[in-house]
Amino acid sequence: MSIRHALLALLSEGPKYGLQLREEFEARTGEVWPLNVGQVYTTLQRLERDGLVESDGAGDDGPQKGFHITADGEAELAGWLRTPPDLASPPRDELVMKVLVAVRVPGIDVHEVIQSHRRYLVELMQQWTRIKEAEADSDLSLALVVDSELFRLDAVVRWLDAAGGRLKRAAADPPQPAPPALPLPRVRRRTITRR
Amino acid sequence: MTVLELRGVSKTYGQGAAKVHALAGVDLSVDAGSMVAVMGPSGSGKSTLLTIAGSLEEPDGGEVLIDGHPLSGMSRNAKARLRRRTVGYVFQDFNLLPGLTVAENVALPLELDGMSARPARTAALGVLNELGLEGRAARFPDELSGGERQRVAIARAVIGDRRLLLADEPSGALDSVNAEAVMRMIHNACKRGVAAVVVTHDAQLASWADRVVFLRDGRAVDQTSPPAGPESLLTPGQIQ
Repeated sequence: MSIRHALLALLSEGPKYGLQLREEFEARTGEVWPLNVGQVYTTLQRLERDGLVESDGAGDDGPQKGFHITADGEAELAGWLRTPPDLASPPRDELVMKVLVAVRVPGIDVHEVIQSHRRYLVELMQQWTRIKEAEADSDLSLALVVDSELFRLDAVVRWLDAAGGRLKRAAADPPQPAPPALPLPRVRRRTITRR
Repeated sequence: MTVLELRGVSKTYGQGAAKVHALAGVDLSVDAGSMVAVMGPSGSGKSTLLTIAGSLEEPDGGEVLIDGHPLSGMSRNAKARLRRRTVGYVFQDFNLLPGLTVAENVALPLELDGMSARPARTAALGVLNELGLEGRAARFPDELSGGERQRVAIARAVIGDRRLLLADEPSGALDSVNAEAVMRMIHNACKRGVAAVVVTHDAQLASWADRVVFLRDGRAVDQTSPPAGPESLLTPGQIQ
């Protein structure tokens, strides 16, 4: 989560004080991303240094110091909103690794491993659904955050289901060693640098 | 109070090499006011469990009790009465009768049980009103969206004094917004004291339940613990 861009988004609505920015940030993110006031001021100082925001008065660094967004800040925000996050990295997910390893370890039932992770994920989903049931009707930001968590966890459960099915089929009908075939084209792995 | 109890329920289909153990010694208990979801892949025995729980099918072994009464000791008439009065069913394809209005569809179980048309209609309008469907009472099923049809099917399943709601993939054909509305309705029915069993392969639907039972190859292999309170997810610092 980019606090820097979230603060620019809040300032795009009009000038605000530091303390006000912190309160609005938490409210807009369904209060699931707590933010301390120190983070807010440090980020504001950097934004001011980069010319993306300007403060109203010099000297007063207290909670009443006001900030407004600059034209460069608006351009930076618009660019960030349209830039997709890096989702193209090869998976090095810990859960995926555990299942891959469990297949090879003698004495380990991979289906039991899969089930223990599935149960944990569904329990987490139950907790998020309780939050949705209790509060999300009256809080649109919270509803969006909870939906996002539920879909993310659901995707992992679906992968576990698919993995379980694939392993069951493979056990019933073990794959034959591949016959010598035409050489496959070499695929160059993309190297992605995380920012 | 326990509304539904399955004790060591088994069911086998086919013979010889084609024999399939759809259920193998399943225990399950569902209290009034609670929702249990049964999750499992295709062929795990989910639908068989539901049809046996609703006395639509006989188990080969074990016992099913509804409100403490074993189904095996009941006459056919007594079972039919139980299905009419105590158990409500919701299916993926809604099963509404196209020639009847929404109110007539919802009133149908009461009329089949011998209630005259007027009080049955009054009861139907009451349930529709309670579930926010009063504006649809005079419509026919083909005038409704998929989500509305399934909500009408739930109204029909809980009308009267039904204490047990059995739902088979109740939102399988719906988009996520309508699926959530359907699960909220079942959840609200449980708050009024109904015991519900929802079978599904969908974890988002299952997460509405108080308890999730996992079925694999006809066996209940695992279940969730009672959910921790929401505060455990909202503790500062836990969410990055």
